[in-house]
Amino acid sequence: MSQDFRLKDGGLINRDKKISFKFNGKKYFGYEGDTLASALIANGVHLVGRSFKYHRPRGFFGAGVDEPYAIIQLYRNGETEPNIKATEQELFEGLEATSVNCWPSVNFDIGAINNFLKIFLPAGFYYKTFMWPKSFWYKIYEPFIRKAAGLGTASIKHDKERYEHKYEYCDLLVTGSGPSGLASAYAAAKNGASVILAEDKSRFGGTLLTNDVNIGNQSGKEWAESIISELKEMPNVTVKNRSQVFGYYDHNMLVMSERISDHLPRTKKFHPKQRLWYIRAKEVLISSGSIERPIVFGNNDTPGVMLSSAAKEYMKVYGVLVGKNPIIFTNNDSGYETAVEFKKNGIDATILDTRINPKSEIIDEATNLGIKIKYSYVVVAAKGYKKVKSADIAKISDDKEKLGSIENIKCDCICVSGFWTPTIHLASQSGNKTKFDEDIDAFVPGLSKQNERTLGAANGVFTLDETLKSSFETGYKISKQITNKENKVSFPNVIEKKSSVHDKFWCVPLPKGKNYKRFLDFQNDVAVSDIEIALKEGYRSIEHVKRYTTLGMATDQGKTSNLNGLQLVSKIENKVVPAVGHTTFRPPYSPVSIGAIVGREVGKHSKPTRKSPMHSWHEKNNAVFVDAGVWLRPRYYKRGNENLFEASKREAKNVRTNVGVCDVTTLGKIDIKGADATELLNRVYTNAWSKLPVGKARYGVMLREDGIVMDDGTTTRISDNHYHMTTTTAQAANVLSHLEYYLQLVWPELNVNVVSTTEQWAGAAIAGPKSRNLLQKLFPNSNVSNDGLPFMGYMEADLFGVKARIFRISFSGELAYEVNVESDNGNFMWEKIIEYGEEFKIQPYGTEALSTLRIEMGHVAGSELDGRTIPYDNALEGLLSKKKDFIGKRSLSRKAFTADDRQKVVGVVPLDKKTSIPEGSHLVKDSKAPLPNPKLGYISASCWSVEYDNPFSLAILKDGKNMIGQKLFVMSPLKNKVIPVEIVSSHYVDPKGERVRS
Amino acid sequence: MLHIKCPHCGMRSQNEFSYGGDASVKRPQLGSEVSDQDWDNFVYNRKSLRGKHWELWQHLSGCRQWIKVERDTATHEIFKTLKASEEIS
Ligand SMILES: [Zn+2]
Repeated sequence: MSQDFRLKDGGLINRDKKISFKFNGKKYFGYEGDTLASALIANGVHLVGRSFKYHRPRGFFGAGVDEPYAIIQLYRNGETEPNIKATEQELFEGLEATSVNCWPSVNFDIGAINNFLKIFLPAGFYYKTFMWPKSFWYKIYEPFIRKAAGLGTASIKHDKERYEHKYEYCDLLVTGSGPSGLASAYAAAKNGASVILAEDKSRFGGTLLTNDVNIGNQSGKEWAESIISELKEMPNVTVKNRSQVFGYYDHNMLVMSERISDHLPRTKKFHPKQRLWYIRAKEVLISSGSIERPIVFGNNDTPGVMLSSAAKEYMKVYGVLVGKNPIIFTNNDSGYETAVEFKKNGIDATILDTRINPKSEIIDEATNLGIKIKYSYVVVAAKGYKKVKSADIAKISDDKEKLGSIENIKCDCICVSGFWTPTIHLASQSGNKTKFDEDIDAFVPGLSKQNERTLGAANGVFTLDETLKSSFETGYKISKQITNKENKVSFPNVIEKKSSVHDKFWCVPLPKGKNYKRFLDFQNDVAVSDIEIALKEGYRSIEHVKRYTTLGMATDQGKTSNLNGLQLVSKIENKVVPAVGHTTFRPPYSPVSIGAIVGREVGKHSKPTRKSPMHSWHEKNNAVFVDAGVWLRPRYYKRGNENLFEASKREAKNVRTNVGVCDVTTLGKIDIKGADATELLNRVYTNAWSKLPVGKARYGVMLREDGIVMDDGTTTRISDNHYHMTTTTAQAANVLSHLEYYLQLVWPELNVNVVSTTEQWAGAAIAGPKSRNLLQKLFPNSNVSNDGLPFMGYMEADLFGVKARIFRISFSGELAYEVNVESDNGNFMWEKIIEYGEEFKIQPYGTEALSTLRIEMGHVAGSELDGRTIPYDNALEGLLSKKKDFIGKRSLSRKAFTADDRQKVVGVVPLDKKTSIPEGSHLVKDSKAPLPNPKLGYISASCWSVEYDNPFSLAILKDGKNMIGQKLFVMSPLKNKVIPVEIVSSHYVDPKGERVRS
Repeated sequence: MLHIKCPHCGMRSQNEFSYGGDASVKRPQLGSEVSDQDWDNFVYNRKSLRGKHWELWQHLSGCRQWIKVERDTATHEIFKTLKASEEIS
């Protein structure tokens, strides 16, 4: 297809590079530098989608970020992405895109029946209709809404693209590279400030690219280019295009999304697709410009009705005509600039100006060029369904209430200008108290909350001379405060046309007997009548009206609809606009891809992965790993076709009969030193530590202030004032913070230092009846006999030339030791243990066997110490010192904690000795009792006892101490199981603890 | 994201810190008699103020020191930060 609407020359596109692309399956051509929108318009394509609610035909309305209509589904390099604005998507070779919101096709859309049913779809329709009957929701309403609604389809494939995050600090962040942005960035940079200049579009310059102005004897575009190229060379300046500052957060932190590869057919190797910048700026200069507002009239959503500034941009930047027979409908001088541009390209436009008799330079120019101008005229309604074919126009009375007789004139587009709305989103997000400016009929930033200032059009200043002057001045002043320098750049001479005042007219009245839809929000299909209904139904607060009608709630966040919506509410309510107030602006200013927000923190990178020094040995020996906090731990070592159950049973059994070795590097370790180290332990542990001799370990329990068990572990006295504390893997970080809290804030007088040594030591637990025999082989020069190293003993020893610490402690309930060496020697230690353990039939065991061993011994662990249990519940009340106070002690005397029937840990065995018990199941007295069946307790941990070869569980049970021998039921509604069980002692194996002391 | 001045390290981003609650709470001395009411107030009862509030933060990914921060809970403005050893003025 030929580009019938492409001008012969002009524009900033590269006509030497033709690009082919597909839209809705059809092939077209454009040029390098086009957007998908400009290329489609060049090919005469104006129908790009269907609207959200009524499925009315949708074309293009703008030329950039404000676009409410042209949302497309993009296909790029085998991936698809929804919710892309065709006006922002740069063209690349092989681009493919499809319309959204239409089925089966954009030309014939079944959902358009909503349009004919629109009488049934007024404001709040969804709230009112789809509420009942409830049974209809899943089968009828939801599928219907899902199919008919939405702005595209999210990919369900894993996103292979890479997204990065970057943190940056600067003196000055300038958002937008229009005249105010360039001038302020330049003045500040020349005065030594570090500056980041962010431009949302691919081209720098903003309105300087489209406005006929002269700065320092250069065209606006040339001036912008020279400033940008100079800024790019400066070492203290970062200049970024395709980069949108979308959020203004606390303490002057702004977030910017940089689209690095979206304009390319595929992302270059080692490049990210997008990069999210977290920028902490000392000062922010908001130079985000303004967005043209529409004037509301009948059928103003017809394809071909668009913003006048967009029509001009398509001509000047892309060399594209939006139509060949245009009507310009304006209430200010901006429309004339578009008409003059059309004329320069040989197209005669008709201007309808709502003003009575305006005078200005540009109006004179238009008149002299012979452009047809009709004053006090309005467009009453656009005619045509899939494209504007003509317009009903009429003269309007001076009070703007009465329409004259309707005339119909042919046209192929209607370019609307209802004056300009400053883009105050960022200022508002920062907490700025915005104020209403009567002169421009819009909100502008008021009192700053953070270090932010708004310049130029975003601040309601619409003359170039004033914009540049204030921006140069502000850039200089702010940089001087930061750098203390006084390098002032000279101010260029500016030539621009003076404009006359705009007319505050914004909505064309309905002619008698006509009921045209007059749209305010083009993306969410909110019309004047919807707002009227909402107000009639009693909605008053603008925030409520917004939510009820969905005005301004679409992905464009009402960039073109908010102010007109406010005008309407204030008119009906007979209030002034500032009294109605505007809705809150929230980040992001424009949609940001989820990938960019997540960054590199996906999959395995979502948290750090910690591996023990023996990790590669585990890998080589078929370990199957499990996440334990941030650690990767062997869950079991697979032999042949074994599954988890078989392998863990074999490993646990081998510990009970021979000897096993388990990697316990992950246990938290804290080194405690200082004259008051013992006193600290006395205060944070429930038991007493003063009498622990050097070279001995002790089990300790730590509480929170509320009496709940926080953690447990063994602590060993290395020397008089030096302890080695161990914590559970999961609580290691919390315990260190807990100790630091008390040492720094509550007892600063204690002379103690604590430091984490978790990563400094590699640990191996050697457990089983033959563990001592193995130890004797490993440490032939040390006395590891029962006398030389008794239960809870500690010694330092030599492991074939490597310094080692041996603790005789046991988690498995067997005779057991833990050997620690410096991390670098971890693998050496492990290999020696395996080598010398061979004659004792040693097997490595993983966390699953470890768990089995501790459960059948009745050792409580994380699943019982779950942040809801006190020492008594865990049968740890024997460790509560009566002689001293400790953290959490006072809470233990609370009534509930001392109740006679307080919950306590028990053992649970199924009566059939076969059915395994799901963890998390409930214990009840009567399995057939009516619901809600009173719950007596819950299963905290389950295993297959290798000692007795039947299932065994631990449970926290109400009145546990008096329940031993009782028959109850385990119920798991989740797994649909009812299991008759007997309550037994939690110490299922070796209840007297003889093995550990043997 | 807040920007917090650690008295030991300087201005750092919030993600280096963890929040530690009301800084004005004083733990009763170990070994002292404490009524049920006073203990409840110490363990559970907090004011949840709107406005200026002294709170504890730990510079977890920095110097690991607990610090005191005077912050407006509504506006996030930070007025003052103190070391653990310094008394709230
Ligand atoms: Zn610090």
